[in-house]
Amino acid sequence: MTRRAVITGIGVLAPSANGKKSFWDLLASGRTATRRISFFDPAPFRSQVAAECDFDPLRDGLSHQQARRMDRAAQFAVVGAREGLADSGLDLDATDPTRRGVVIGSAVGCTMSLEREYVVVSDGGARWLVDQGHAVPHLFDYLVPSSIAREVAWEVGAEGPVSLVSTGCTSGLDAVGRAAELVVEGAADVMVCGATDAPISPITMACFDAIKATTPRNDDPATASRPFDRTRNGFVLGEGCAVFVLEELEHARRRGARLYAEVAGFASRANAYHMTGLRPDGVEMAEAIRAALARARTAPDEVDYVNAHGSGTKQNDRHETAAVKRSLGAHAYATPVSSIKSMIGHSLGAIGSLEIAACVLAMENNVVPPTANLHEPDPECDLDYVPLRAREHRVDTVLSVGSGFGGFQTAMVLRRPERSAA
Amino acid sequence: MTAALVTGLGVISPAGLDTETHWANTLAGRCAIGPLTRFDASGYASTLAGEVPEFDPREHLPGRLVPQTDHMTRLALLVADAALADTDVDVAALGEFGVGVVTASSAGGFEFGHRELEKLWSRGPEHVSAYQSFAWFYAVNTGQISIRHGMRGPSGVLVTEQAGGLDALGQARRHVRGELPMMVTGGVDGWLCPWGWVAHQASGCLSRSTDPGRAYLPFSADAAGYVPGEGGALFVVESAESARARGARPRYGVVAGYAATFDPPPGSGREPSLRRAIEAALADARVAPADVDVVFADAVGLPELDAAEARALAAVFGPYGVPVTVPKTMTGRLGAGGAALDVANALLSIRDGVLPPTVNVTGPAPGHELDLVTTAREARVRTALVVARGHGGFNSALVVTA
Amino acid sequence: MATLDLPVLRDILRECAGEDDAADLGGDILDVPFSDLGYDSLALLETASVIQRRFGARLADDAVTQAQTPRALLDLTNRAIAGDG
Repeated sequence: MTRRAVITGIGVLAPSANGKKSFWDLLASGRTATRRISFFDPAPFRSQVAAECDFDPLRDGLSHQQARRMDRAAQFAVVGAREGLADSGLDLDATDPTRRGVVIGSAVGCTMSLEREYVVVSDGGARWLVDQGHAVPHLFDYLVPSSIAREVAWEVGAEGPVSLVSTGCTSGLDAVGRAAELVVEGAADVMVCGATDAPISPITMACFDAIKATTPRNDDPATASRPFDRTRNGFVLGEGCAVFVLEELEHARRRGARLYAEVAGFASRANAYHMTGLRPDGVEMAEAIRAALARARTAPDEVDYVNAHGSGTKQNDRHETAAVKRSLGAHAYATPVSSIKSMIGHSLGAIGSLEIAACVLAMENNVVPPTANLHEPDPECDLDYVPLRAREHRVDTVLSVGSGFGGFQTAMVLRRPERSAA
Repeated sequence: MTAALVTGLGVISPAGLDTETHWANTLAGRCAIGPLTRFDASGYASTLAGEVPEFDPREHLPGRLVPQTDHMTRLALLVADAALADTDVDVAALGEFGVGVVTASSAGGFEFGHRELEKLWSRGPEHVSAYQSFAWFYAVNTGQISIRHGMRGPSGVLVTEQAGGLDALGQARRHVRGELPMMVTGGVDGWLCPWGWVAHQASGCLSRSTDPGRAYLPFSADAAGYVPGEGGALFVVESAESARARGARPRYGVVAGYAATFDPPPGSGREPSLRRAIEAALADARVAPADVDVVFADAVGLPELDAAEARALAAVFGPYGVPVTVPKTMTGRLGAGGAALDVANALLSIRDGVLPPTVNVTGPAPGHELDLVTTAREARVRTALVVARGHGGFNSALVVTA
Repeated sequence: MATLDLPVLRDILRECAGEDDAADLGGDILDVPFSDLGYDSLALLETASVIQRRFGARLADDAVTQAQTPRALLDLTNRAIAGDG
């Protein structure tokens, strides 16, 4: 019998939204969490806005030792994993740790800690030969971000396959897709999977400034993320994580678990074109969508909602619109398409998993989250982007797509489990 | 299920800038570990490394690629070129989306990132390069290889420290067993810069010896850490159907078995998971321990971890039950490239019927019941096991067969 | 006040974007589109960034994107240096 992978637990940490419930409240209300950067003085930077999480490692349940040891991205992931595990009701002691694995996605790993420690050991950048005497013992864990997956594995007692996926801004979709493949193949019965990123630091802001990828709309941060709008001019950097308990369907049924959604199809393609540029025709993303739908044995017109990458850069939103039309045909115009980055910004690798969480909650509530700040659509973006207000809409099958530096294009099909079982 | 064949390979290591030079030096037992030359390391606690021989990237890569790539990515692009040239494949003939790329990464293009951090903090944000947005990040090698060779199939990047090379091969095999004709996969790493060095030293795992012949002595009574190196290997992994259809040559072997596990949290009292990874990989390959002709060990060079690996090998194969070798004693541990290089060594062992040596180690410490190959040994090799562990508890095992 | 001329622009292009093997940067390139010289938008952003720092000129993002040949980029820069850009 074919094995299937279903989501049975959700943990979320998002800007202005700690936990699954408050995350959904934010999305359904159409509020935005984008603000002027508070972590450091953003005045020297071209883009000065971001979507920051209200997070305190000790208040949010980590020990002093964990707070000291882990980068913020790892702290997010551990807190997210705890919520996801609690939400799933999975009893760790009653299940086999060797049949439990972890896949965490992250685009930039422990970048905040690396930058902080660099400043310390180089005397504020003054020295090229850095001073080893001031290095913290956890520096190697920041150097190689598999340490984030290790922290989650320790947290959930996983002794099966454990890995970190780092495919830029598709990491969050690719991590969950990989976890689903491991469950379907039989390498594990339970995968704790998702993605985390905490990139809001000077070096990240500076590198996106240099390629004008982030918005310079600094005068009104709350409306700075404007996917599909004619006036959009770049993305707003965000942070956060979403972590899921992904379980083999029969394993979940046997313990009477709540079944949120099946990861029914997943596929990725590369554009082999440019490290940051996109071909306007969206042909590779369209091919990823086609392959993911085929894997899910789903026809294009069965898609009830498309969760867009919708970063709010000029090129992305056109590229993606073209890809959705190319793959869904006439049905593209009949399907609501929205970008939650309009509200919580773009948290690089983490966002793909946050978007999966949004899709699953859309399914649970039969409500499609809106695209905030969309007042005047770009004429080249002519789909139904659910502007400003959430919409009641029957959602059984969702398509979520992502696009990342390096040319990565990923698509995932999520389906209401009752439909999968039928 | 279709077999995943290795039909091309490329190597750059401290032992050589191409496969055959690397292999000849490896069989001759020439240790390529030496004092760091890439930067002045005299003030650091550890000063030895396995550096790739010097080369001019402009002789090998398009001029446009040089300013936007870290040293590590230049190495990876050269290795990918070599792997593809080795099997002489026309990527476009395999379909629009017929070839994908999955690589292992560990620290990304760290030297590039270091330079940009320095510009940012000493001169200001407007000095940061436009290429910083991708040149340092973990996905850069996969992206640049796919662009250079027009590979538009499924792509991926895995980070599990030193185990990554095997995990990438496992992922590539999954695609080839699915519907894809071909994947380029493996790992190439390079992190020898002052900032990377300080971060690496912080692990507490590096040897502090200044004698290249005494610095990295895994399984010996004098084991006291390892020496980092750079380089790695990439492979063309191809479905049997595709290889047959295009009459692919050469045929190095089959990626026959793979498994990954993770160690229990420290202090749990549970058994480490390495043995389970080895047993699962053998089962996956449908081979018995007695069928295995050689093991390429992980061999960290830290007494406790060496003992755990020696115990796992003795438990699976019996005491002194299989030849065990550690050619990385000549190159150091190459991060994401290390396990990939061992797979290349294993495939070349199959090709040439010879086991490369473990150098500088005269024999295993008392208690390690290992048949350690300390001089090159002729042997008929049909099945080889490669074992790799990533810092923090990652265990992977891969079986290649003739 | 220093102005930007073609030889200096050539050096800056080589330094921050490299040289395409198929293009002859040393030839008469004033009116050759950057795309034909092998330079993409990233290469031009990097080049513009160096020009701005070295010559103290402020170049608007859109103007840089629209400058599609060396002549256009030289004109843009020198107008900005003269203070009427």
